[in-house]
Amino acid sequence: MENLAESRDRGCHVIGRAWRGMAAHLSSGRVNLTALREAGRRELREFLDKCAGSKAIVWDEYLTGPFGLIAQYSLLKEHEVEKMFTLKAGRLPPADVKNIIFFVRPRLELMDIIAENVLSEDRVRSPLRDFHILFVPRRSLLCEQRLKDQGVLGSFIHREQYSLDLIPFDGDLLSMESESAFKECYLENDQTSLYHAAKGLMTLQALYGTIPQIFGKGDCARHVANMMIRMKREFPGGQNSIFPVFDTLLLLDRNVDLLSPLATQLTYEGLIDEIYGIQNTYVKLPPEKFAPKKQGEGGKDLPTEPKKLQLNSAEELYAEIRDKNFNAVVSVLSKKAKIISAAFEERHHAKTVGEIKQFVSQLPHMQAARSSLANHTSIAELIKDITTSEDFFDNLTVEQEFMSGIDTDKVNNYTEDCIAQKHPLIKILRLVCLQSVCNSGLKQKVLDHYKREILQTYGYEHILTLNNLEKAGLLKLQTSSRNNYPTIRKTMRLWMDDVNEQNPNDISYVYSGYAPLSVRLAQLLARPGWRSIEEVLKMLPGPHFEERQQLPTGLQKKRQQGENRVTLVFFLGGVTYAEIAALRFLSQMEDGGTEYVIATTKLINGTNWIKSLMEKLEPPPF
Amino acid sequence: MVLCAEPTVSLPLNPGEEGGGTLRAVGLAAGAMNRMKVDEEEYWHSSKCKAFTFDDEDDELSQLKESKRAVNSLRDIVDDDDDLEKFSWSGEPVGSISWSIKETASSSSNAPEGRDSGLQKGSSSHPALPKQASSYSISSFFKGRNKLGSFQSLSDALSDTGVKSYAPELRRPKAEYKDYTSDWSPKDTVRRMQRGKICSLERFRSLREKLMLLDEAVAVHDGNVITAILIFLKRTLKREILFQELEVRQVALRHLIHFLKETGEQKLLLDLLRFLDRTEEVALSQYREHLSIQDAEKRREFLKGCIRLPFSSEDAVHVLDHYTLLERQIIIEANDRHLEAAGQSEIFRKYPRKASILNMPLVTTLFYSCFYHYTEAEGTFSSPINLKKTFKIPDKQYVLTALAARAKLRAWHDVDALFTTKNWLGYTKKRAPIGFHRVVEILQRNSAPVQVLQEYVRLVEDVETRLNLAMKYKCHDVVIDTYRDLKDRHQLMAYRCKVERGSAEEDKIDSILSNLQIRWKN
Repeated sequence: MENLAESRDRGCHVIGRAWRGMAAHLSSGRVNLTALREAGRRELREFLDKCAGSKAIVWDEYLTGPFGLIAQYSLLKEHEVEKMFTLKAGRLPPADVKNIIFFVRPRLELMDIIAENVLSEDRVRSPLRDFHILFVPRRSLLCEQRLKDQGVLGSFIHREQYSLDLIPFDGDLLSMESESAFKECYLENDQTSLYHAAKGLMTLQALYGTIPQIFGKGDCARHVANMMIRMKREFPGGQNSIFPVFDTLLLLDRNVDLLSPLATQLTYEGLIDEIYGIQNTYVKLPPEKFAPKKQGEGGKDLPTEPKKLQLNSAEELYAEIRDKNFNAVVSVLSKKAKIISAAFEERHHAKTVGEIKQFVSQLPHMQAARSSLANHTSIAELIKDITTSEDFFDNLTVEQEFMSGIDTDKVNNYTEDCIAQKHPLIKILRLVCLQSVCNSGLKQKVLDHYKREILQTYGYEHILTLNNLEKAGLLKLQTSSRNNYPTIRKTMRLWMDDVNEQNPNDISYVYSGYAPLSVRLAQLLARPGWRSIEEVLKMLPGPHFEERQQLPTGLQKKRQQGENRVTLVFFLGGVTYAEIAALRFLSQMEDGGTEYVIATTKLINGTNWIKSLMEKLEPPPF
Repeated sequence: MVLCAEPTVSLPLNPGEEGGGTLRAVGLAAGAMNRMKVDEEEYWHSSKCKAFTFDDEDDELSQLKESKRAVNSLRDIVDDDDDLEKFSWSGEPVGSISWSIKETASSSSNAPEGRDSGLQKGSSSHPALPKQASSYSISSFFKGRNKLGSFQSLSDALSDTGVKSYAPELRRPKAEYKDYTSDWSPKDTVRRMQRGKICSLERFRSLREKLMLLDEAVAVHDGNVITAILIFLKRTLKREILFQELEVRQVALRHLIHFLKETGEQKLLLDLLRFLDRTEEVALSQYREHLSIQDAEKRREFLKGCIRLPFSSEDAVHVLDHYTLLERQIIIEANDRHLEAAGQSEIFRKYPRKASILNMPLVTTLFYSCFYHYTEAEGTFSSPINLKKTFKIPDKQYVLTALAARAKLRAWHDVDALFTTKNWLGYTKKRAPIGFHRVVEILQRNSAPVQVLQEYVRLVEDVETRLNLAMKYKCHDVVIDTYRDLKDRHQLMAYRCKVERGSAEEDKIDSILSNLQIRWKN
């Protein structure tokens, strides 16, 4: 709705997405996630109203993306937010407002910047402005201590927290967008993000009812379940009377399946993310392939700013193609192109006033569809350029060899070649880690060889990064002589030889052959149950468990004939778009019997995931 | 499929190809079998049913382009105002938060001061740099930093959120502290802290109470509270006792380690790790510090000190190499900077150095030395052979790097020498530890002339690879000779059409084709 208001101000046409309301896509799924978004908006309004009078918000830049999914500028404007700035060192820009509010993550380095802002403010401004601070998602004693040390803590009138734990990304997708969650959980053993995850789940239960069944696999999963149970016990008043929407919660540790994020995702959305990186549902694309705004302007000056697009199910076409294997996308696009061309042709056949009127009334919709199609043919073209390159193919070949168990125990030629040609280090690390995971660790000789080549080519300081990868279990020495991966692969059918990319009959289509282990776990849990794979579960790290949360008798569900169960799958440590696609595929299976809603600490791909584990190196001195 | 029957389609669109190129790379046979299973409809609508080639990519790509053209041509029919959302010039959707930040900020930069834009630009790379001119003393910035544990202040930090308090804090009425006298149990204290309420930890004097406090915090899994209590314990307990107690409290221990890393209390961190006997971690943690040392000489000194640290045996070798390399680089850098400045050396005049060699990876250093110091005797620090020996660089790596460097200089003679070996009878032979197809690729990337290129294409052992490379890089002689050796008359005849009319290549083909001694296989 914000967009609507905003556009109207500017006297523009309002069509397509805006016309249906900003958050319509959140209510399209089995669970109406608009309620969660509404709760978030309410909390935000309440806070803003506490700071009476005109306001300026100073933003921790990282937060603007996630916040954008909750509220647009117009909501803030309604509550007297007149100016907005990015948090930067030095002096605050001038703004004739009564309140200055900092929206920040609880990080020490940000506290130092805020302190500097506040201190330089006092000196130049005579009419004192009120300062407030909103911590997202949680107040931090440590940060407040830092503010205190800097001598500014007392300057803040309101110091509050805004529990933006689970942010609705789409009708079936929630993310905490906590970029360091995996590193904290599996490298530093810091459980703070797990605490936030548990809090988020409590909020969710407050809105959608107690989830009667909890399953989990992994240490972090066990932890989160424990915290939830404890939190529930300690807030007996929280016994809610809402009819449960979710039947089951499945908590999965990312380190139970380290393989899936390392492989290249081959769905449309997955590839967009692999190549261009999707952030908070937005993607920035090179502008060359997009037609200029007006026909006449073409050629004069090519657009230089990246083209920014929002990607979610509010766009009908995108919802249809995002989870398909990329190879099935082009044919859909060309079919749609034909349909729309035909539809526009209709105008020649419109003879009567009524027919013309009918045509015109359809125009806005047709035009939105046309524009959406134009964007996606352009994106598909960009991706096609990459997927048809020799290097993409070679890389994929090696990945698929590893995943199907070929030559995982010796030094790989392609990986070596890539090092020799100094391909990006992250690409090398992805390949080496993938090989390690598919071989339950590398032999000493192989591991040493890779390490030496990497250090000699990319610099010795990467010893630190390699150590991090070892600690996280991504890279390791094969300790027992036994390689468990083949057993796991066979039992769980992780490698499918007959994959159908066009009309898939199995989740393995998302990686053109490899069925993501994490999603197989969810699938097998629904049918026939984990008891069938006890042996394999024991080979995967961490405990597996089941908990039940008692429901008052009145709230116990009597399932209608043919009614699907709803399972919330929570990935602790991140989830990829390909895995999401696989779960959506299961939701849509006719005889599936289960629909999935997905939650995660962060939407990840192999590249940003490995990056989060790399030691932050000083930029080179030149 | 219904579409094809649509009579109104006037655009020249290709029929949808369902069996397009697949992203599947492995399992050729299985893939092909799978194709047999595709249902009939699919079969009829797909022109190709191949397993994994990309050779129909042209079709798909042109299909895409065609669709795009068609869709874009419709634009003229309707309004131009076609975006689903409104985007501002910066590409942010209008009304989004990040857009509004720019929008509202830029309007304010028109204010008379007009200083914020410059300020923002200039300061973004140096966050948190205290202003020298500030009327606040510099020391106020660092107040309490080195005594992070001053805990009265943390209790201040826990004051109620609703209370209005204007700076400076000293003015806060004493009455507000009254809560401190309340006798909260450890459990209640943790509860209150969780909710961000005032709590005095000073009351907990005995070790037993302090530990109860910590255990309670750990039990509620609130990292925030755990850390706050750890800071309190860190300040009020003897180091040995703190370490001992944490050793049996792993969760709290991890939080403290994380905290110490975050706040950069390196010394205490190392003491703790040493106490826990996690020596490798100590070593790595110390080694990490070299990254913050900019001065090369100081960094070298620091790395020298790292050599003795208790690394794992493999890491120890790498750290030693790191030190040796930097030491070497410092010598080379001083020497070459001098040479370059003097302007006497031709190579430096012709190819001025783009950057210093300091802190570059080993392979880059080797490349540098192959580029500028190739002919130097093994005894000098900058000679490639010396680097190879010192760092035990494998043959393969060495040859690749030397080849790339010499090819860049177009020193084809050196390239030749790199692969020439003599056997004991004095015959020369060409050998490459990396395979000649790689040699060809590297030479080609450095735009080697065809004469040079074809010499190495000829040496590629695998016939098919050789033919492919020869055709790709237009080494006609190699193609012709290979077909002759294969006795493949058809291919040779076909190739005749591809070479230029009346060229030497055509003559050569003709003479081979008319050679009656060759027993053609076709």
